Amino acid sequence: MGLFADKYPDVPYEEKSRLWEQVKADPRFPTYLYGCYECGICVAACPSARFYDFSPRKIAQAAAREDIELIFEQMNDDVWNCSQCFSCNRCPRQNSPGGIITVLREVSVKNGLKSAKQALEGYSRIIYKIMGTGTQVSPDMLQPDAFPDWGPQVRAVSADLDVWRRALPPETLHTTSTGWQVDDKTIIELYLIWHHTGVMDMIAEVDEGLHMILNDVMEEKLEEAGYEA
Amino acid sequence: MTANAPASIIPYNAVNTKSSRTFERQAEYAPEDFHDHLFELEAEGEWIVQRVPEPYVEVMTKFGRKKKIPLELTWHHKSCGQCGHIPGYSTAIFWLNRKLNFKYIDPTDQTSCTAWNYYASATSNAPAQAGVAMRNFAAAYETGYFPLIHCGTSYGHYKEVREEMMHHAEMRHQVRDVMKKLGKPLVMPEEIVHYSEWIHAVRDRIAALQTRDFSNLAVTVHPACHYYKLVQEDAIYDPDIYGGQRTATVSALIVALGAQVRDYSTWFDCCGFGFRHILVQRDFTRSFATRRKIQVMKQEANPDVVITHDTGCVTTLDKSQFVGAAHGLDVGVPVMSDAQFAALAMGAHPYRVCQLHWHSTEYRPLLEKMGIDHEKAWAEFQEDLKDLKSGKKEYLTWEDVDA
Repeated sequence: MGLFADKYPDVPYEEKSRLWEQVKADPRFPTYLYGCYECGICVAACPSARFYDFSPRKIAQAAAREDIELIFEQMNDDVWNCSQCFSCNRCPRQNSPGGIITVLREVSVKNGLKSAKQALEGYSRIIYKIMGTGTQVSPDMLQPDAFPDWGPQVRAVSADLDVWRRALPPETLHTTSTGWQVDDKTIIELYLIWHHTGVMDMIAEVDEGLHMILNDVMEEKLEEAGYEA
Repeated sequence: MTANAPASIIPYNAVNTKSSRTFERQAEYAPEDFHDHLFELEAEGEWIVQRVPEPYVEVMTKFGRKKKIPLELTWHHKSCGQCGHIPGYSTAIFWLNRKLNFKYIDPTDQTSCTAWNYYASATSNAPAQAGVAMRNFAAAYETGYFPLIHCGTSYGHYKEVREEMMHHAEMRHQVRDVMKKLGKPLVMPEEIVHYSEWIHAVRDRIAALQTRDFSNLAVTVHPACHYYKLVQEDAIYDPDIYGGQRTATVSALIVALGAQVRDYSTWFDCCGFGFRHILVQRDFTRSFATRRKIQVMKQEANPDVVITHDTGCVTTLDKSQFVGAAHGLDVGVPVMSDAQFAALAMGAHPYRVCQLHWHSTEYRPLLEKMGIDHEKAWAEFQEDLKDLKSGKKEYLTWEDVDA
């Protein structure tokens, strides 16, 4: 049992333990945790620790103690606050709390945890863009209603987007719905990577609707190119 | 000291890139040289190592080792955020290559590294991420040109992939099988090179072609986290810059161009990008960028411009200032990349090349300080837009830019 009160008593210990075993089984995990002497350097360097109730030291500590209940709590309540900047890699013990969090997040997504689904609400269009087109953000995402906090300049970009894109000398940048021009063959190769490495199954766990849409887009292109999706 | 600065802060004119302290590198703390393993795996037939093409420049990295930086024959691995939202960034990198007469390829057989999404949502996994990296590396290898990575996150993530592919045979074989299905070889570059390292390597050539005097400019540098914190050992360090104790990339260019680098106390802090935060939780991003970075720079160093070398950092530090200003924070510093800054030094057009109209924070006083007639430049660009709108021209070309 852990040092703190179990915040998720309804989830069986065996289930929490099963998830932790998945974290430990990731081949990267042993290189992310060597032991923690609680110096707090990672916390001092961490941007998220300044604005959230969040501590990379606690992440390393819980993992080192194998505090199954606390780790489950962190998987639900903490990991999505991390900025993934890896400022915590300054650890004198060579730990990477940010790396541990990458793995914790991945296990959360793979197992369709409710907290992962909530964290990714509003994010589906980004996943669709990157997985479907091969570029993460596109010029036509710059719309005033999407970025009201970026000021009136966003309106200026969106108003004349097509012309502003054609006013770019590099030939690959005349696109508006992708960051740059990507070959069809290249996109198909990317789809094959997603299919052969289990990424589509991960998407199905956290967003069935998105999975269906992506699958439709990919199936059509893969079939046209003579591949079986 | 700036007029409003509190008395306790570090006086900006007391600190710049010079350090009075001497710093001895201690070999026992250096991690293994990855090159040994890289070439062993090649000798065992596990993969092909793509050599850095000649001519190259050798620079020093964190633990005193040398890193080869190619001058030309580079395959430009573009960045999602640069191309999508701050396209003057990528355009300036290409413009510098053209002005220095270096051969390069701007490929269409390139995808994003997808790491922004991975660090934001975790909707991927290590073999998939390695597969994306190795597909791009193979695409570069097939052209005979060497990958030059525009994005700091791609650069850091690809180095993580290199570590994983070197040390986990099972994953390496899984990715090799995926590459076989794509009909591609498994290729790892001899070095993973960020474009700002290329700029660092050619900074004296850039300075030799400088046409604008920057000696009256005060600059603060924001180093990108994924450049020097994520797989740290092959980021560039130089004993002449910060006594070799901080990465020299970007700062050394500013020095070479004759501008003044001013220090500030949150230099090591992240910009606040946060990957998922910049897209769906920007309250955090805005607060961090303005309160921990821009406002501190303003109060301690009062710079004319912030120079950085990554997609996310330019976006975050620039776009976040609008709300900061609305709340009465002490902000209002233009932000751009080292590539745009170098291009402006060499006489580039602020709109046709550096595309500064895509940036948010007021930059025109900076252009005036650089001796650029921004009204005339804007009028010229408006004429270009008129020609594009009327159909007289389909695109603005490199020839138009050089005219």
